[in-house]
Amino acid sequence: MSTSTPATAGTPAVVLSGITKRFPGVVANSDVHLTVRAGEVHALCGENGAGKSTLMKILYGMQQPDEGTIEVAGRQVRFRSPADAIKAGIGMVHQHFMLADNLTVQENVVLGAEALHGIGGKARRVIQDLAKATGLTVDPGVLVERLGVADRQRVEILKVLYRGAEVIILDEPTAVLVPQEVDELFTTLRGMQERGFTFLFISHKLDEVRAIADSVTVIRRGTTVGTADPKAVSSRQLAEMMVGSELPSPETRESTVTDRVVLNVQNLGLVAEEGTRPVLDCIDLVVRSGEVVGIAGVEGNGQTELVETIMGMRRASHGRVLLGDRDLTRLGTLARREAGIGYVPEDRHRQGLLLTQPLWANRILGYQTREPVSKGQWLDLAGAKKDTRRIVEEFDVRTPGIDVPAAALSGGNQQKLVVGRELSGDPVLLIASHPTRGVDVGAQALIWDEIKRARARGLAVLLISADLDELIGLSDTIKVMLRGRLVADADPSSVTPEDLGSAMTGAGATSAAVAELEGE
Amino acid sequence: MGILRGKLLPPALAILFSALLCGIALVVSGANPAEAFGAMVSQVGEGTTAVDIVNSTGTYYIAALAVAIGFQMNLFNIGVEGQYRVAAVVAAVVGGSIALPPGLHALAVIVVAALVGALWAAVPAVLKVTRGVNEVISTIMMNGLALGLAAYLIRDDVFGELRGNNIRTPEIPESGWVPGIPLGSSGTVFGLVFLAALLGIGYWVMMNRTRFGFELKASGESSTAAAAGGVSAKKMVLIAMLLSGGIAGLVSMPEILGRDHTYNLNFPAGIGFSGIAIALLGRNHPGGIAFGALLWAFLDKSGLALDNVGVPREIVTIMQGAIVLSVVVAYEVVRRFELAAEQRRVGKQLGTVAA
Repeated sequence: MSTSTPATAGTPAVVLSGITKRFPGVVANSDVHLTVRAGEVHALCGENGAGKSTLMKILYGMQQPDEGTIEVAGRQVRFRSPADAIKAGIGMVHQHFMLADNLTVQENVVLGAEALHGIGGKARRVIQDLAKATGLTVDPGVLVERLGVADRQRVEILKVLYRGAEVIILDEPTAVLVPQEVDELFTTLRGMQERGFTFLFISHKLDEVRAIADSVTVIRRGTTVGTADPKAVSSRQLAEMMVGSELPSPETRESTVTDRVVLNVQNLGLVAEEGTRPVLDCIDLVVRSGEVVGIAGVEGNGQTELVETIMGMRRASHGRVLLGDRDLTRLGTLARREAGIGYVPEDRHRQGLLLTQPLWANRILGYQTREPVSKGQWLDLAGAKKDTRRIVEEFDVRTPGIDVPAAALSGGNQQKLVVGRELSGDPVLLIASHPTRGVDVGAQALIWDEIKRARARGLAVLLISADLDELIGLSDTIKVMLRGRLVADADPSSVTPEDLGSAMTGAGATSAAVAELEGE
Repeated sequence: MGILRGKLLPPALAILFSALLCGIALVVSGANPAEAFGAMVSQVGEGTTAVDIVNSTGTYYIAALAVAIGFQMNLFNIGVEGQYRVAAVVAAVVGGSIALPPGLHALAVIVVAALVGALWAAVPAVLKVTRGVNEVISTIMMNGLALGLAAYLIRDDVFGELRGNNIRTPEIPESGWVPGIPLGSSGTVFGLVFLAALLGIGYWVMMNRTRFGFELKASGESSTAAAAGGVSAKKMVLIAMLLSGGIAGLVSMPEILGRDHTYNLNFPAGIGFSGIAIALLGRNHPGGIAFGALLWAFLDKSGLALDNVGVPREIVTIMQGAIVLSVVVAYEVVRRFELAAEQRRVGKQLGTVAA
């Protein structure tokens, strides 16, 4: 392990200069400059797909730059693999945790680094010592599966500390946390900062960046736009640096809610395994024509299962699903789609698209029994192509043609295609799971607009999103989901993301805008 | 043209590479590769070789189509071998014991063969759908059972009869024969070679123009996306497997109805396994499979000439193996290259590629 560099030293901890990385078809990095002073929290801001992750993978040795140099603590380095980066004192905490649930905290930390302090008592003492810095209070002998999200993140940080990291890259660390946990994380980071650690904090949430960072570098379309002092600029200025233009907003103005019930879910239950806690527990839910009902919840609390049960991809253990007057409970997915449900799945690559198939074949998916893409048992290729061209035009899908495979499009354009398809064929209900996750601002604005327009035409929308601003902005009603139950209602006109966050973790209502539902 | 390059380059490369490999093997073993390949090519003009190649192509083609239908949705039907064997025995027995007018008789035999093939494939299909049993394992086991069952059914105390030192099923009466196209001393082209061509056209239409073909392809490409699009994976597995088995049941029909009129001990083995290799080579495309089947038949039949120039004809088997291996590698390499090129092209047209 190298000696710790004091925060006041003149040598920057990391200097990236002129980094360029080319990838086919996607914005990578071009001529990126980044200087991180020792002992600071340096935020790297940019839209999804701006090139943040690529840059961090280069710094962490997962990818090699085509041009440019990396300096760590004043010495020029070349990382061939993450092992080289770790040796130079750089650690990375990935957005998606890389932990083995069935191992203990200690085993997870030591895994792959057995040579450092062995696997026994000595390792345990080192871990306990480092754990204090991360605010992790649990015993190293506890199984990781018993930890919550925030503690898992601490274990990830512990892992990189154990390997001797001085500079720690945090890739969107707050994406999985609710607001209260974010505050705790920031307290931890400040404590560690005092001990001399340097952080590279990747985020596109500007309030958080302003709350924690000492300096912020904005990256747009693969290149660094500039570095600023977060105390001296407003969130709006930062955002415009990121986007390079005016910002979209999810706000909907006047209410279009009618009293005609479109989706009526009654006492819906789902038990994944006999004898375990139900994944869905007595869900009652009504969505009316012209209404957007948002479901808030920490991921993994049953939202995915709720959607898939309504879509008929999972068989409900009990309860009923009605669309208008029609009972869908016993129908399969295709019949439910034919009854008028449009479905934007949460993972467009796995569930929304056939990636190697051309765009027009993707137009058929889910609509293979209906005009204009099929006639009886036969496909109508001309009809499918014509309607795909319409979607490409109306939804501004940026593509050279409709014969390119879906994989060739960027995430935002893929999603516009999916949304366009699901709004075709006059649906009465749209189920949208994370409709703007991982898409660029332009696509996000367009998708929001389209949902709003469809809502004004009388479409009922069930919206599931982890983006609380999106949820509050688009919804007419918000329901909070926790451990498979709808536990609270929130009024989107007055609720704040913090209130929602409390309700999502089960901390109880902290505001008049969230009304807890009493036992059903 | 990019599409042409993506589709034709890999097999061409693979065949060249394996020819090179066999050439080296020949040189190492002290033979002259040019002489050996020359002998193979000139063999095509000898005797009935050309017609044999055409007939064999038809048989291979049907087997490869059966495999390809499974491949379309990531089902590995290794059981084509067993399916066509059981279908052949049962169809031959039925054909030999019924009396129907000409035409109808042959049709009945064909239908029985397809049904038996589908039935034999239904076992692994049902096991997979209801119990999640991997079809690779169950079809391999069904192959073992098929061998035993076929051997049992043609015993002379069951359905078979002893002729000299060969056991065979009773001969199908002439009303059940399918006439071929006689070409004099060059041999006779089986009438049912055209059945193979018909199946190929039907397969293309099904995959590209029907709802069922689309659902099959979608399930194969992404079972999760297909499920979200309302395609029932279980139903597709069941239908695809039955269809695959049904076509597999037809593999023996050109020979039984066109020449042998009976199932006997000398019945060719291994066609189902060749079908797997040919489907891979042809990339599940009806045209590609036709080419693969032709190549396979050519190697098989003209390989006989190698003995005349003092080269062991097993070199042909090496070549077939090398083709399959290198074609799999070549397709993967070209596929990645093509995808990257496509993304680059789209990126360039939209002006989002970083300089």
